[in-house]
Amino acid sequence: MTVDVTTAVLLGGLYGVGFYLLMQRSLMHIILALVILGHGANLLLQAAGGPPGGPAFVGIVPAAAMSDPLPQALALTAIVITFGLTTFLLALSYRSWVLLGHDEVQDDIEDHRLRRRELGEAEEAGR
Amino acid sequence: MLIAIAALVATAAVLPAVARRWGRAAFAVGSVVVLATLGLALVRYTAGYRTESLAWAPVAGLEFTVRLDALALLMTVLVSGIGAVVLAYFTRYASRGEEGIGRDAAVLVLFAGAMLGLVLADDVLSLYLFWELTSICSFLLVGGNGLKGEARRAAKQALLVTILGGLAMLLGLILLGTAAGTFRVSELVASPPGGGVAVAGIVLVLVGVFTKSAQLPFHPWLPAAMVAPTPVSAYLHAAAMVKAGVYLVARLAPAFAERPVWWVPLVVIGLATMVLGGWRALRQHDLKLLLAFGTVSQLGFLLVLLAVGTYTAALAGAALLLAHGLFKSALFLTAGVIDTRAGTRDVRELSGLGRRWPLLAACATLAAASMAGLPPLVGFVAKEAAFKAFTHADPRSALVLVGVLAGSVLTVAYTLRFLIGAFGGRGAEPGEVGRPGVVLTTAVAVPVAASVVLGVAPGVAELLAGDYAGVFGAATYHLELWHGFTPPLLESAIVLAAGYLLYRRTAAATRAGAALPGVLDAQRGYRAAVVGLEALARGVTSRLQTGSLPAYVGIILVTVIGVPAVGLLTGPIEQLSPRAWNSALQLPLTVLALAAAATVPFARRRLTAVLLTGLVGYAIGGVFLVVGAPDLALAQVLVETLTLVVFVFVLRRFPPAFRRVERESPLRHRTRLVVACAGGAFVALLTLVFSSLRERPSEAGAAYVASAKDEAGATNVVNAIIVDFRALDTLGEITVLLVAATGAASLGLAARSARRRALPTADGDRGQREDEEVTA
Repeated sequence: MTVDVTTAVLLGGLYGVGFYLLMQRSLMHIILALVILGHGANLLLQAAGGPPGGPAFVGIVPAAAMSDPLPQALALTAIVITFGLTTFLLALSYRSWVLLGHDEVQDDIEDHRLRRRELGEAEEAGR
Repeated sequence: MLIAIAALVATAAVLPAVARRWGRAAFAVGSVVVLATLGLALVRYTAGYRTESLAWAPVAGLEFTVRLDALALLMTVLVSGIGAVVLAYFTRYASRGEEGIGRDAAVLVLFAGAMLGLVLADDVLSLYLFWELTSICSFLLVGGNGLKGEARRAAKQALLVTILGGLAMLLGLILLGTAAGTFRVSELVASPPGGGVAVAGIVLVLVGVFTKSAQLPFHPWLPAAMVAPTPVSAYLHAAAMVKAGVYLVARLAPAFAERPVWWVPLVVIGLATMVLGGWRALRQHDLKLLLAFGTVSQLGFLLVLLAVGTYTAALAGAALLLAHGLFKSALFLTAGVIDTRAGTRDVRELSGLGRRWPLLAACATLAAASMAGLPPLVGFVAKEAAFKAFTHADPRSALVLVGVLAGSVLTVAYTLRFLIGAFGGRGAEPGEVGRPGVVLTTAVAVPVAASVVLGVAPGVAELLAGDYAGVFGAATYHLELWHGFTPPLLESAIVLAAGYLLYRRTAAATRAGAALPGVLDAQRGYRAAVVGLEALARGVTSRLQTGSLPAYVGIILVTVIGVPAVGLLTGPIEQLSPRAWNSALQLPLTVLALAAAATVPFARRRLTAVLLTGLVGYAIGGVFLVVGAPDLALAQVLVETLTLVVFVFVLRRFPPAFRRVERESPLRHRTRLVVACAGGAFVALLTLVFSSLRERPSEAGAAYVASAKDEAGATNVVNAIIVDFRALDTLGEITVLLVAATGAASLGLAARSARRRALPTADGDRGQREDEEVTA
């Protein structure tokens, strides 16, 4: 009953970009992905939480016309936590840059070797 | 009886300490405690004790119920009686100061406790618990200290096979319990469920039985487990572990014996196992292996007798259960004496032991006679009853009788092979031969004496066996040494004569059958299954565990998108009638946010990407304002600004541009794009569904609105929630922020000092080198 296409499109776009950035190798991209996904999640919370309305101010807006304050309180907390997370991740990527000289996620060499060995054996067996 | 189980578990816990202090005496302590549980069971049973419950989760209706009826007592006699004998035997079988005494003693006593729990448990879940506990105990006993590869393999095989069956059995029992509406075994048997679910349940339970009792085609784990110390083998074969499957059949037969899905597999596989096991036993040179295949054969026999559900067959089955426990433990213990004192258990090397150890040879002969079915031993009495049970005119009985007779002929033949192989010959044995000793010989003699007593006075055995068989009808037959000249007596005589002839012709018979086992070698099947499983695991792992984070994230995303999306699209979706927008102001903000977000992946410079992300955040703040959440908008704008500041601080240290992505395959790029787009579309759909499901504001929200003024003295409800109603949550949030700030600060400081120290090498070389290794 409160469905609105614009919000749905906005959320789809935000999540799509967020997912795309999440699959990059650069830590900076991954952090930006989490920030954007955080925005999307907060908005999704509001969209799922109820119909939009007036601000939840008692005495100014009649209770029937108010938007639900509960999802707002949840999202408020989430915004602050996302900020904390972003700061910490930034510090991590900075440390990675200092130690490794880049801020990119590398493939696990051992896993890679295992995979090559296994696939190689399979090919030999196939021949 | 709960206290008996608890006592065994407690004893198992302290035995390692006892063994450290007093060595082999630990076995004696265990033996006494196990014997005490037998005494307790006998006293309680004669005093009319039947059930006892321990409600361990009364709220959920979960309780552990024990029930002591004739069958349970019969099994307890085996488990505790033979357990005590085996533990006493172990005191001399183990050498003084041997490593692992504490472990063996503790696990054996725990094994006895698990078996006791298994036969006493009256609820399905406890039954399963103890069932698996016996599997684990046998794994530990067979594996020993884990230093021998052969022992490790055998232990693993026993565990894999029996646990697989155990899981099938659990599923089957749950199906049966759900269909019957009760998880008490006694109630399940009293009013067995019907229908297709019950059929599936029975089949699954039978899989458990066949694996546990080493029936075709799961039997190879039992001969393989012969690497265990001989007392362990004796216990495993005579009283514990393999008898669990037999017990379960005996327990459930009153409920299901009429149904073909129950008796056809049991009778067919039981007979096939009886014949094949006997055949294999005939071909062995190792005394223990010979006995192991003999056990496989006898287990098949027991299952057939207990499955068919007539009074005589059940009586014979219960009697044979006792008889088998007694003679098999005696024979295994004999093989153990031969092994330790003569240094070999190969029938081709042993010779002349009979004249050196006349007492032991006499005991073993009596036990073997019981196995072959010679009077006046309990094995003969049981076998007579078994022949009688199937000496009928109907075709089913006739077919079963033929199988049972064939198996019995083989039994006689391999018994002769064991006895003559072990004790026959005229001497000239290799090496020194020690003395068996009093304790070892006594341990062999006790079950033999019991075999003789029960054979001469079969009424004693019938006290319990007849009580059990009574559920199948009125007593129409009695266990007797002498019934007169009856068909079973004639059959016994034929079996003995044919068995002797077969034994004389063993060499020719094995040559003739040499081609047979290759096809029927179930061990190959097991190996192939394990190898296949491992290859599958390696294949899946090497394809899924690529070591690449983007690939992992992609797989997780596809799962997240795929699985709920299927549920969402196939589930009932109400008619969606979306509006285009709620407020026209949303439109420009949405366009702004989307445009900024879509540009982020294309940004070459880090600062540009960060600023664009900030723009997205501000636009979202605007959307919050429009939908009636001014506090949210305020927090969003403040936090966004703060985030930008932090980003800029960090970005000063980084190179200005992102590294160019080199040589990325277009396929990978496209996959990423498709997954991201699918994810976005999924979330958009989810938004529509979610917000269409919410019909009115939440009651909790309305309650906060109603009480904000009076209770918190606030007009802004969101603020009231944050700082008043849910203030504790906010405290938690502050704590999270503090932790994050501490972490970020320490990382920053550590990075600074590390950079100072590592300046000469931190020039990017290492990173490049690793890149080359990966691509090489």
